[in-house]
Amino acid sequence: MDTQTLTYIIVGITFALYIGIAIWAKAGTTDDFYVAGHHVPPLANGMATAADWMSAASFISMAGLISFMGRDGAMYLMGWTGGYVLLALLLAPYLRKFGQFTVPDFVGDRYYSDAARTVAVICALFVSFTYVAGQMRGVGIVFSRFLEVDIMTGVLIGMSIVFFYAVLGGMKGITYTQVAQYCVLIFAFMVPAIFISILMTGNPVPQLGFGAELADGSGYLLDKLDGISTELGFGEYTAGNKSTIDMFCIVAALMVGTAGLPHVIVRFFTVPKVSDARLSAGYALVLIAILYTTAPAVASFARLNLIDTVSNAEYQATPEWFKNWEAIDLIAWRDKNGDGKIQYTAGNAFEGKPDFRDEGKGASGERLLRNENGPSDNELYIDQDIMVLANPEIADLPNWVVALVVAGGLAAALSTAAGLLLVISTSVAHDLFKKMLLPNITDKQELMFARMAVAIAVLIAGYFGINPPGFVAQVVAFAFGLAASTFFPIILMGIFYKRMNKEGAISGMLTGLVFTSLYIIYFKFINPDASNGENWWFGVSPEGAGTIGMALNFVVAYVVSQFTNAPPKDVQDMIERIRVPRG
Amino acid sequence: MSENSDNYWKENVRLVLKLLAIWFIASFGMGILFVDWLNQFQFFGFPFGFWMAQQGAIYVFVVLIFVYVFKMNKLDKKFGVDEEEMMDEGSE
Repeated sequence: MDTQTLTYIIVGITFALYIGIAIWAKAGTTDDFYVAGHHVPPLANGMATAADWMSAASFISMAGLISFMGRDGAMYLMGWTGGYVLLALLLAPYLRKFGQFTVPDFVGDRYYSDAARTVAVICALFVSFTYVAGQMRGVGIVFSRFLEVDIMTGVLIGMSIVFFYAVLGGMKGITYTQVAQYCVLIFAFMVPAIFISILMTGNPVPQLGFGAELADGSGYLLDKLDGISTELGFGEYTAGNKSTIDMFCIVAALMVGTAGLPHVIVRFFTVPKVSDARLSAGYALVLIAILYTTAPAVASFARLNLIDTVSNAEYQATPEWFKNWEAIDLIAWRDKNGDGKIQYTAGNAFEGKPDFRDEGKGASGERLLRNENGPSDNELYIDQDIMVLANPEIADLPNWVVALVVAGGLAAALSTAAGLLLVISTSVAHDLFKKMLLPNITDKQELMFARMAVAIAVLIAGYFGINPPGFVAQVVAFAFGLAASTFFPIILMGIFYKRMNKEGAISGMLTGLVFTSLYIIYFKFINPDASNGENWWFGVSPEGAGTIGMALNFVVAYVVSQFTNAPPKDVQDMIERIRVPRG
Repeated sequence: MSENSDNYWKENVRLVLKLLAIWFIASFGMGILFVDWLNQFQFFGFPFGFWMAQQGAIYVFVVLIFVYVFKMNKLDKKFGVDEEEMMDEGSE
């Protein structure tokens, strides 16, 4: 059977599974719809959290990014796992004890203020929409490459599936679908990784194979990779390029941002008990760590394989996958020296993204580009997003593995999209309508509002998937920066510092929000040319801005709270209550 | 706040601070600040700093959370603030 038929079959089976679960887990009340009735067992919640967390970015892009960044790629690995320690130790148990539905609920009640609640709702909506747009783009890429439908049809199929189970089942439907999606995505990620590890090093455990000697007897894998990378001008794979302070701030912003992301936090509202919230954070991290410790291994395998395959290869002799990816604009080659071979070295081959508007073909049959030449002799452009998807083909694995990876990528994107859509709908129906605009609506009406909000959110997300805004990659820094500089400090102080009051929290949150937004907007959009080590404050890139914003938030909130009144007695009592599990 | 829950809270904060110190050393310390220095040591086939940054720190995080779960459950019992059995678990 050819790859495409197999892909249709495997993707079809997984989609049927998701729909089946949705019908089984239909939500009857707002409690079911927002937090699955607080009935989710810790292991199931751990799996759902892991699927919710591991997005198209983790599954499709991360190993590719690491592959091109070498050691500095560790910032994603540490940044996107270390936050779970903060979540488990500092936030999750207390928020579960608080026992409401959303993060803005906590902010609004703890700081006895609708203004604080409103700022929280705005941040939650912004962060979630940013993220959803990225997921839908992931769905689009996967569909257009492997099912050969256009991106629009792909996104529409993805949207209808999410629409069906999110509108019908709410959090309950989403949770149990995510459990299934976790199984699909982890299986799909591990199978090719294990295959490739055996092929290259003879060791079936990728985490070990990555440090082992190559099966062809040419020494340790990392030594060979270091050597070959240096030879081509990329620098040693195991050495870093970023400055220490920048790495430090980026990792801190990603960790703290993870702990402050509303769609992650809300997962801990769904378990029955406080002790379950702690335990399910542990399960979630184990399940996430399986992928996150495999990804750097995949990255180094892919890097070595890629260089072996393309460096100095004749274009006409390149394998089929090379031309397939070129056909959808994600690989580009210009024969600068006219020798018909691919020279792959450090530096950009062209200015900007490949521009294939001219239909013509070059001497070797390659697609012609309009872009200006870049400064180096490098002739090859490779989009880093393709590494995981192309890996099984690069390593020449069987068809069904390729099909499996497609299903895994879709599971990762859909599960995260669903979790985010739910946060959006909860923010609108619960925080905005029920708590502020229309406090008198019944549970049934609120449920209807929530379903409508999901429906509208799916449509908006779909629109972004079909017409991806060019700034998706940039705004991810934004989502983490905002979560780190607004939510995390005020939730943390809300639990651990009883004296923190409304004035302190609001001024802290606004300081973090304004500083981080301005810093990122200035360097990413207004003056991107100035975005380099000389102009950054303390050498911190916009990706790490959330760390400075967070520090400012803490300082401002503390100082302001010292000059204003302590919070009222009932709020202080509430803090004491959430600090102990019983009662 | 009653004296019992006050003491419970203090022990809780002390435990959390200890675990966060380890969290900081494993990731920011060994994975970032001292990574180049640690790279001179070989750890199986890896330079040690590189291994901590791309693998080791994550394993440490996992262990930390489970240590926390275990210790907190003991602490809850010691101060008598653990949760009574919930009766509505999985009633559907």
